[in-house]
Amino acid sequence: MKVSFYRYMLAAFAAASLGASGGAFAQVDMGKSTVTAISKQMNVPVEGKFNKFTAQIAFDPSKPAAGSAQVTVDTSSYDLGDESYNEQVRGKEWFDSKTFPTATFVSSAIAPAGSNQFKVTGKLTMKGKSQTVVVPVTVTKQGAAQVYDGAVTVKRSQFDIGTGEWKDTSVVADDVTIKFHIVAAGK
Amino acid sequence: MAHTSSFHSFSARGSSYTSTAIALHWLIALLIVCGFALGWVMTDIPGFTPTKLKYFSWHKWIGVTVFALVIIRILWRATHATPPMPSHMPKWQRGIAHLTHFLLYVLMVVIPVSGYLYSSAANVPVVYLGLVPLPRLIAPDPHLKEVLKSVHITLNYTLLVLVVLHVLAALKHQILDRDGLLSRMIPFLK
Repeated sequence: MKVSFYRYMLAAFAAASLGASGGAFAQVDMGKSTVTAISKQMNVPVEGKFNKFTAQIAFDPSKPAAGSAQVTVDTSSYDLGDESYNEQVRGKEWFDSKTFPTATFVSSAIAPAGSNQFKVTGKLTMKGKSQTVVVPVTVTKQGAAQVYDGAVTVKRSQFDIGTGEWKDTSVVADDVTIKFHIVAAGK
Repeated sequence: MAHTSSFHSFSARGSSYTSTAIALHWLIALLIVCGFALGWVMTDIPGFTPTKLKYFSWHKWIGVTVFALVIIRILWRATHATPPMPSHMPKWQRGIAHLTHFLLYVLMVVIPVSGYLYSSAANVPVVYLGLVPLPRLIAPDPHLKEVLKSVHITLNYTLLVLVVLHVLAALKHQILDRDGLLSRMIPFLK
């Protein structure tokens, strides 16, 4: 199964990086975690899911500044629920998944922002273009798991996503919201 | 409801539909033609293009409008008598006319609903005129989506057949029977 494969990969990655970084990444439950992107087509919110992504999170709510997060999504795995649409989104005008197979977010600073809220600053790279974004994240405990929820709205034009006739933002809006729900094993 | 029934018997003697019924009939007819044509054209566009997305939105707005107008029309029809059919019409023709009208009403309600549910199942909510988000009635469901798609298409071709029958019958009354039936819906023909 896909899920267990990723678990294995993550576990392997976490184990391998233990020695190097000195900190352990929490194991992410890929089956329960989601990364979605919501675009607006003539004001209609259309949600697509990234079926393949990895997340590496090392975070202790009591020491937020020492935490770090990295999320990598496979741009070709974006699923709008219709294969002909998915295929088009993988094309040159949108994600150009052949040239840019992944999009990444790498945190550079984490600051507390209220009881269980944090502001995660980091670099978002899509289609070879990078922007610094600040992502508000809510961290909750669910049993033994630590759950990270957040959303950030970016302008697709800044990443050249939707070129040619799609540059016109009257049909597909410039603002795209990236939402995530990441469930990681607590410590 | 004594008042209503006396109103019924009064307007039944009139030879025309009420102006409200006439306005609704032609407005809905125009919207159905546009909605049908858009539906045909937009589903022929491969992949997706800005034009296709626009057409899909317009098609859905038209469908929602037709649905609302048809509900008003049915309520109007239920509370206002229609002019009687010409006396020369044989019983079987009256029967078919009534059945066709009934089925047209049913389809005008069911087709927008099937399209709306198809859109919900496809995880695309409907935002009326790009301004008013309408509620999702069902959760996204890839299997149901395919079923609703073929239901929506089949019902539309059924509507096409009935509309053709409806128009041909009206033309028959006008050209062959010359009974002035059409003037009940087009008053200036009188």
